[in-house]
Amino acid sequence: MNKTAVKMTVNGQAVEGKAEPRLLLIHFLRDELGLTGPHVGCETSHCGACTVDLDGKSVKSCTVFAVQAEGANITTVEGMANADGSLSALQEGFMQEHGLQCGYCTPGMIMRAHRLLQENPNPSEAEIRMGIAGNLCRCTGYQNIVKAVRYAADKLNGQREAAE
Amino acid sequence: MSDTTEMTLEQREATIGGIGCSRRRKEDIRFIQGKGNYVDDVKLPGQVFGDFVRSPHAHARIKSIDTEKSKALPGVLAVLTADDLKPLNLHWMPTLAGDSQAVLADEKVHFQNQEVAFVIGEDRYAVSDGVQAVEVDYEDLPALVDPKRALAKDAPVLREDVAAKDNVGQGPRKHPNHIFTWDIGDKGETDQAFSGAAVTVKEEIFYHRVHPCPLEPCGCVASMDKIKGELTLYGTFQAPHVIRTVVSLISGLPEHKIRVIAPDIGGGFGNKVGAYAGYVCATVATIVLGRPVKWVESRIDNLSTTSFARDYHMTGELAADKDGRITGLRVNVLADHGAFNSHAQPSKWPAGFFNIVTGSYDIPAAYVSVDGVYTNKAPGGVAYRCSFRVTEASYLIERMIDVLAQKVGVDKAEIRLRNFVKPEQFPYKSCLDWEYDSGDYHTALNKVLDAVGYKALREEQAEKRKRGELMGIGFATFTEIVGAGPSRNCDILGIGMFDSCEIRIHPTGSAVARLGTKSQGQGHETTYAQIIATELGLPSDDITVEEGDTDTAPYGLGTYGSRSTPVAGAAAAQAARKIRAKAQKIAAHMLEVAEGDLEWEIDRFKVKGLPEKTATMKQIAFAAYQSVPEGLEPGLEAVNYYDPPNFTYPFGAYLCVVDVDRLTGEVKVRRFYALDDCGTRINPMIIEGQVHGGLAEAFGIAMGQELTFDENGNIQGASLMDYFLPTAVETPVWETDHTVTPSPHHPIGAKGVGESPNVGGVSAISNAVVDAFAHLGVTHMPMPHTPWRVWKQCEALGIGE
Amino acid sequence: MIPGAFEYHRPGSVDEAVTLLTQHGDEGRVVAGGHSLIPMMKLRLAVPTHLIDLGSVADLKDIKAVGPVIEIGAMTTQHDLIASDLLAGACPILREVALTIADPQVRYCGTVGGNVANGDPGNDMPAVMQCLDASFLLRGPKGDRQVTARAFYEAAYFTARADDEILTSISIPAPATGHGYAYEKLKRKVGDYAIAAAAVVLTMEGGTCKNAAVALTNVGDTPIYVEAAGTSLVGTPVDDGVIAKAVAAAKAAAQPAADMRGPKEYRAHAAGVMVDRAIKRALARAKG
Repeated sequence: MNKTAVKMTVNGQAVEGKAEPRLLLIHFLRDELGLTGPHVGCETSHCGACTVDLDGKSVKSCTVFAVQAEGANITTVEGMANADGSLSALQEGFMQEHGLQCGYCTPGMIMRAHRLLQENPNPSEAEIRMGIAGNLCRCTGYQNIVKAVRYAADKLNGQREAAE
Repeated sequence: MSDTTEMTLEQREATIGGIGCSRRRKEDIRFIQGKGNYVDDVKLPGQVFGDFVRSPHAHARIKSIDTEKSKALPGVLAVLTADDLKPLNLHWMPTLAGDSQAVLADEKVHFQNQEVAFVIGEDRYAVSDGVQAVEVDYEDLPALVDPKRALAKDAPVLREDVAAKDNVGQGPRKHPNHIFTWDIGDKGETDQAFSGAAVTVKEEIFYHRVHPCPLEPCGCVASMDKIKGELTLYGTFQAPHVIRTVVSLISGLPEHKIRVIAPDIGGGFGNKVGAYAGYVCATVATIVLGRPVKWVESRIDNLSTTSFARDYHMTGELAADKDGRITGLRVNVLADHGAFNSHAQPSKWPAGFFNIVTGSYDIPAAYVSVDGVYTNKAPGGVAYRCSFRVTEASYLIERMIDVLAQKVGVDKAEIRLRNFVKPEQFPYKSCLDWEYDSGDYHTALNKVLDAVGYKALREEQAEKRKRGELMGIGFATFTEIVGAGPSRNCDILGIGMFDSCEIRIHPTGSAVARLGTKSQGQGHETTYAQIIATELGLPSDDITVEEGDTDTAPYGLGTYGSRSTPVAGAAAAQAARKIRAKAQKIAAHMLEVAEGDLEWEIDRFKVKGLPEKTATMKQIAFAAYQSVPEGLEPGLEAVNYYDPPNFTYPFGAYLCVVDVDRLTGEVKVRRFYALDDCGTRINPMIIEGQVHGGLAEAFGIAMGQELTFDENGNIQGASLMDYFLPTAVETPVWETDHTVTPSPHHPIGAKGVGESPNVGGVSAISNAVVDAFAHLGVTHMPMPHTPWRVWKQCEALGIGE
Repeated sequence: MIPGAFEYHRPGSVDEAVTLLTQHGDEGRVVAGGHSLIPMMKLRLAVPTHLIDLGSVADLKDIKAVGPVIEIGAMTTQHDLIASDLLAGACPILREVALTIADPQVRYCGTVGGNVANGDPGNDMPAVMQCLDASFLLRGPKGDRQVTARAFYEAAYFTARADDEILTSISIPAPATGHGYAYEKLKRKVGDYAIAAAAVVLTMEGGTCKNAAVALTNVGDTPIYVEAAGTSLVGTPVDDGVIAKAVAAAKAAAQPAADMRGPKEYRAHAAGVMVDRAIKRALARAKG
């Protein structure tokens, strides 16, 4: 099968690879780049475990071809830590509020919550629930995930206020 | 020797991070950074991929399989069929229930999506093309979908391979589609209770077919080192050691040449207990090709082939006096086991622990019988977030007691209080042969009634009923039976259901503990360390917990049926106690006193009456490798294989409030209050998380999850488009509470909790839905309570328009 | 769950895309957001050998008011619709509908053009477009033509769009200022297609309904514009008796199939309930 060259920026690094047109972005990230944070959970774009941030949008990478992401700027959970390597507010929130159990949905959840907080820095509980409705979790019953997102929102808002 | 630290007792206790603290989880740090290591993350040099050609028919004869076009495709390496497995005698495999199951369909297919051929190729893309290119010629046969028809004279015979056998592993059978009859209890005494009863009630109760559907599907990577003759099998295994033994028994490879590794597992809920065709085919393929072979199922494969749960057609009957005091219980069950009897239960229990069906109630006489039958559906029968067949049993009795309450006109809380086993009756021997270890049901339910303002809720309901609005209040006051189990009554393949823990203390006072269980999200790395920390006085942060590698962990039966804390947790405590006993000898030597002169305090031994003379566990650890008393071996480690003296019996009192939209049939869970008693609480944060998750799964089961089949045996709704996994939007908010009634026989009094919320949750929600219609004479409504089913009830009552 | 192999094309303009589509005939498929097509390809229920990605066609993403008409480029995503201030003011039903479609991630990718063009009876936008009396602009080898939403849908996955045409934009006559609107969608969970859904747009003047339109989602092979339901409201104060007539008309028009969402009679009934609720909510919102 003919492969085409694909270039994109992933977690701040320029990457190049060869991809069959039908290669799904999730497999490009996992199999070609070794970024196994995003997971495959349903393959029909319902579960959100494969969610990555693509040009400022939360995207289910099982439903995008790698060639479609040509030139895109992608962040996966592996790129979520702060610049100094410390945990981001969201990562910290998931740990402090027990927002994960088996961990399989967590990378997608964190990436989705990240974009949600970019767009709405102070979401209500209902807005958080709506905001993560494209991500399924089988372990937590969501309650602590909602708290984890709220934890991050509060921390980030506090940091912003302190900076002003 | 004296300790120089000046911490208070409380500070020392806090430093330990032991039992009772909401310690943050050790495993989180890798998961929140995308550094978990799940099976599909495993990438071995030279690894190839395999996937199945699956049957589009539920029942058909295979006339021919042509693999030539597939094998000619670029990247396709091999295609295996039953004929290829025959010379190895691996085309069928034994099930845990004494039946056999086709690995690849041998002459016939028995359910839709059954595995027919296994295509191996360089990557999943090439394999996918290869799967499409295999040509199979089928002769369609009539499908048997309705289990009630299975034993009819003219029913099609499904399992020709065992048609002549009068026993397929679980006792005598009476029809080629019959698998077993299992019964328990005193039938005569029960019949007598019914014949003299003031009140009797009877209800047909179907617990529908569902699937655990963990977010990560099943998969494995099999890798044969032909030079060493060693097989390494990575997989989504809730019970890695059992898998090793099974692989050895069916492959003929010696067990010491097999290493099974269960890496991080993305949820299990019973789905990952069984041995599936994919594991066998990947193993055969790596032996044939000499390259590592990965198999990972798709979500559709997962929902349609690897182990469903429930599918119990139950008839429940209660006899009672005029005040609703139960005098007898009779239950008949028709169990749809699908095409092969491969349900995952302890060997001697064809209906699991269904005889916990007397629940939390003091019922003097009961009789239960269960018949298992074959149908053209996927095989299985796993315990979906419950102990073996306990949700079915609990649902039956929790529904029936409501039916009885309505018949005698007693409040649904009151009828429970009247029938509960009383605190002074524990240990309580049920009429169906279980010995409940401890409980205090009255306290639990009364606490819930107070917390929710029960009286006001009933008043609100009465007001609403006057206005034609539908509001329901449902209870579940369940008792679980977990911690399988005592080897006198529990085994798998003849191996007793003990579990194990090995602890090694390093010279500097840190430790590694290895156990025979396997976390799938329960947080074992955190909680086991807390048990050991409390027992040994070493900080839980300094204790690494490892599971899932059969080369390093001691043999254990794995994690399911809420058995980790009751069994392996006990092993951890016992192993730690062995270490502490040796540590005491060393401390006596260090402090130059007799062992009996020492007493234990949090993290050290003190000389009685001389509180400044102490030896901390950390100091003792070093001494264990430096100067042990004469006659004592150096080192500080221990292993314990724990065979529990009894099961543990966690219980709970749940209350659910729903509002029903009679025009659309939508049910809104307005409030859910869950009180759990799991004995000693190791980590309250984790317990609460487990309860939330179990309730969310219960909500899914009660409100929408179902696997159905059309008349041709085509499975309906086996993808996440239809299979109801609730999102954060639908999922209710959960309120949690607890009482603590320790288990008297468990070393630390803990009982296990992960599955209670599913057992109690389903009943509480379903009871609330029915209660919304109780004033209109409705006694039962079939699950799942989807909008259309609820609306059909409204329509039948003339209130749907 | 791996798609079949295909050749990938990324044209820079609509004309280039049309040329490619003409060239490859039946074997070519246009992909916009991809969230309908790609899952079908993964299930191998769709196996195009040429995939024509509109992602680089720049001029299909505008939302603009041209006189009394709102024009929405076909590649406008559901997320863009939700975020549009222009629509929030001029045609807020689109935001309300978009929020019921799929989930946040899918809405970042899913386009309004794809939603109206692919003919899936489960899609929500077609009924709304019928309600708003929108028109679709199609470009093919012979140039542009316009088809009204009410005439566009023929059967499930069959529309007035020819295989070599691409839907490029949607024109909506801006509803009158102060109009009332509602989209009522009954569904099992977030991300699901409707059990039944109803779109209602109406205008009130001096307590009398001046005009009204009603359309249904997912209770037939196509979206269903229920003209009789709308006309029964016009010229009335939209009281309960009149609403009941509109509901009856809608239920009569619904032709649902039985599926996991429920049997036919339930889904037809649900369509009626959705119409009833949508009319009442639209009425409450209407000014005048």
